[in-house]
Amino acid sequence: MEITSRALWSLIHGMGFGGLYLLACSGAIVELWRRYSPSAPAPATAADQTFLRVYLIALAALGWLAVLTGAYIVYPWYRVAPSPGVVDLSAFPQRLLLSSPSTAAWHSLGMEWKEHVAWLAPISITMALAVVVRYGRNLRNLPQLRNAVLCFVVVSFLAAGIAGFFGAEIDDHAPVQGGRTLHLVSGE
Amino acid sequence: MADSETPAPAASGIPNGSGAAALLSAGIGACALPVFAIVADRVPAFQKWMIFYRPTGPLSGVTTSAIVVWLATWGIFEFRWRKRDVNLRLAIMASLAMLAIGVLLTFPPIADMF
Repeated sequence: MEITSRALWSLIHGMGFGGLYLLACSGAIVELWRRYSPSAPAPATAADQTFLRVYLIALAALGWLAVLTGAYIVYPWYRVAPSPGVVDLSAFPQRLLLSSPSTAAWHSLGMEWKEHVAWLAPISITMALAVVVRYGRNLRNLPQLRNAVLCFVVVSFLAAGIAGFFGAEIDDHAPVQGGRTLHLVSGE
Repeated sequence: MADSETPAPAASGIPNGSGAAALLSAGIGACALPVFAIVADRVPAFQKWMIFYRPTGPLSGVTTSAIVVWLATWGIFEFRWRKRDVNLRLAIMASLAMLAIGVLLTFPPIADMF
């Protein structure tokens, strides 16, 4: 069983950072909604606040790691151009997608959308983190601010979902390949 | 925004200026990113200028510039508003409007209209 270093980075970027971000972001929405609602049965405790702060720090880290590994590690392999005369485009995912009308939109719509909208996720969640750190349990008394932060976090979740969906589909149609081959398990 | 009217003191006891600064700057950053991308797509000289890291291409400059705009505006607003109450409703409306515009402008069929 083998995996190439590029495929491994693609996995770390998408399923590691991106997938975990999506999962954790849904938890952040629930926590922000539940703990800081004016109608919550009890105000958030100090332990709740500490938990949410650590949770949002981890979430922001995941968000930034997802976009940074995507843009600076995986994306260059995706967009690399073949030398003139190269016929086999399997090592050039962007060109491979654009070479067929049936797959071109995965780049022209999917990647073009994903590469930009994904950045709204870490920006939004970093803002949410800053507000939670600054206001803590007082956020309960500022429902307008809390609701606005929640809107940003929901958009962050949707942006990550869009990026995740297109990332998975693009990788399915034209995976990044190459690099060092890593042997995971030897067959019998 | 802070001077347009005298807002009621925040119910939390903490001035709402920091929250407004964080929200508004995030909205500006979210809006700036696709605007940079659209301009880079339309103006070849700007596109070339946006290549901060050649393997990533113009995306490197577009995203880095948007982050700089976001953080710079955040710093400025925070410095000015951190100890005062501002018109939070206006800040929220502006930030959500810019966030919505930002999301829409990242969608290629809409971005291609410009």
